[in-house]
Amino acid sequence: MSLTNAVPAPSGSAPPSPPPASGTARGPKKRPLLGRNPLGIMFSAPYLVFVMLVFAYPLVYSIWIAFHDFFFTAPGVQVERPFVGLENFVTAFSDPAVIRSFGNVGIFLLINVPLTVVLSLLLATALNKATRARTFLRVSYYVPYVTASVAVVAVWIFLFNGNGLVNQVLGPLAPDPSWLINSTWAMPTIAFFVTWKQLGFYILLYLAALQGVPKELYESASTDGAGAVRSFFSVTVPGVRPATVLVLLVSTVTGANLFTEPYLLTNGGGPNGASASPVLLMYQLGLQQGQPDVASAIGVVLVVLVLGVALLQNRFAGGRD
Amino acid sequence: MSKFQARLRAGVLTLGALAFLFPFYYMVIGSLQASPDPTIAGAFPNPANLTVQNYIAINERINLLTGLVNSGIFTGGVLLGTLTFALLTGYSLAQLQWRGRGTVFALALLVQVVPFQLLMIPLYVLIARDYGLGDTHLGMILPFAINSTAVIIFRQYFLQLPKELFEAARIDGASELALLWRIALPLVRPAFITVVLLTFIGPWNEFLWPFLITKDAALQPLAVSLANYITTVAASASNPFGATLAGAVVLAAPVVTLFILTQRYFISTDIGSGVKG
Repeated sequence: MSLTNAVPAPSGSAPPSPPPASGTARGPKKRPLLGRNPLGIMFSAPYLVFVMLVFAYPLVYSIWIAFHDFFFTAPGVQVERPFVGLENFVTAFSDPAVIRSFGNVGIFLLINVPLTVVLSLLLATALNKATRARTFLRVSYYVPYVTASVAVVAVWIFLFNGNGLVNQVLGPLAPDPSWLINSTWAMPTIAFFVTWKQLGFYILLYLAALQGVPKELYESASTDGAGAVRSFFSVTVPGVRPATVLVLLVSTVTGANLFTEPYLLTNGGGPNGASASPVLLMYQLGLQQGQPDVASAIGVVLVVLVLGVALLQNRFAGGRD
Repeated sequence: MSKFQARLRAGVLTLGALAFLFPFYYMVIGSLQASPDPTIAGAFPNPANLTVQNYIAINERINLLTGLVNSGIFTGGVLLGTLTFALLTGYSLAQLQWRGRGTVFALALLVQVVPFQLLMIPLYVLIARDYGLGDTHLGMILPFAINSTAVIIFRQYFLQLPKELFEAARIDGASELALLWRIALPLVRPAFITVVLLTFIGPWNEFLWPFLITKDAALQPLAVSLANYITTVAASASNPFGATLAGAVVLAAPVVTLFILTQRYFISTDIGSGVKG
């Protein structure tokens, strides 16, 4: 590839060169149509096909399903799927269980997101300064993140059971009915579980961001007489702002995707739908009860809401970048 | 920085670490108890109450080996797809000049924020219904076949390699594939290990998608069969907690072991740059 470029280059370099040369030199001079290494397209083609097949097309298809009367048929059967406008959205949001699931995920986010940001920033700051047992500490904080939800859920069920260890320690302070079957506590317990489970990942992000905060800022803060607390708020917090925006975004999107935890920890969103999430209802309505169109409508609304929340967060936390 | 502050920090960090590790310790203890002991004394091993019976009990119900093999095939397929194609893509994005590479990189970033909940229904319709890949390993692997985070991590690593290195080899007449195999690959070994770990934990721990696509117990990954055990079968077992926790230990052990072995490559800056783009 580089050879074909190199040969005509000298002749093309003379500005308004003689007429015969301009015809042949036009291509190489302007850069070849596909770039200097067209092989790059071949190297990236499988990934591009994958993204189209698994992300782009389903994304469009999902929105199409939400606006049409869509139901499962035997493979190969052609049926009419008429456009129904907002009917699926109306069906979905006339169901109080759906409204409740959006409220539940709101409660979840209100507990999970602030707790995640505060705890992961504090722990990452402390971890960044720690001098001893760094490997042990890092491994401890990351282990829940790398472990399967299904595996750790099993322990939490055991721990937060009616006569489980948590209630044994709390004694008379234990809620009745117990955490996971208590309509007030079920959702917060799930929020605490997810915070604990995912915290390692956000600590990792903040640790990376902390490496980018200039040391001199801390030094000048301390010569100005700022203590540890003061320099945390006036140097660390503004210094890691881009990471905070990312943590807010990722934890919000993860929270909106909540499925495994209510499905397993509270036995399918119980008690009485108090911990059902929108994705859980999408599974129940769409795949168990055969209404994929209604489920897609819930999905579209959920994603639009998440985008809205993410934009608001960006306004408040993002600053100019 | 006073001594007191350093002590306080060490204390808080240690306490936090113990809180993070305790459920894992409790998982192991619980899986070895002959009869479940949820009291405070039960958090310490009691020789009179120790047994491996729970592992036998869970194995009779969900066949751990089949589950592990299915998880292995699922994870192996995703690893193979990612290590081949994410590597090629990352390399071509960083070291080759071609039209449209900016767009492909933007797509890799964009894909990270596409929420799976919106894709769940159409992917199920397409893969299980239209392509008839329900209850197959291929159907399980397909949506995860190339990890976009891996594409970005590889690109980030290849960007750090000097372009002159590649130009020199090109002038010597090496083909692009030979360049990739003999020069680029040996230089990005740390990225390789990071990507293996990061890609491994995705499918190994994934529950929702394989749960949707596999109804046949003989094809289910361990995470799915264990979850089915928790929701349906556990109530009828003699020691449901012990058996469930034994299954949890078997599910968690491979990832935790892999993580401890490779944790020094799991360095904040690499992943951080990967995620930030």
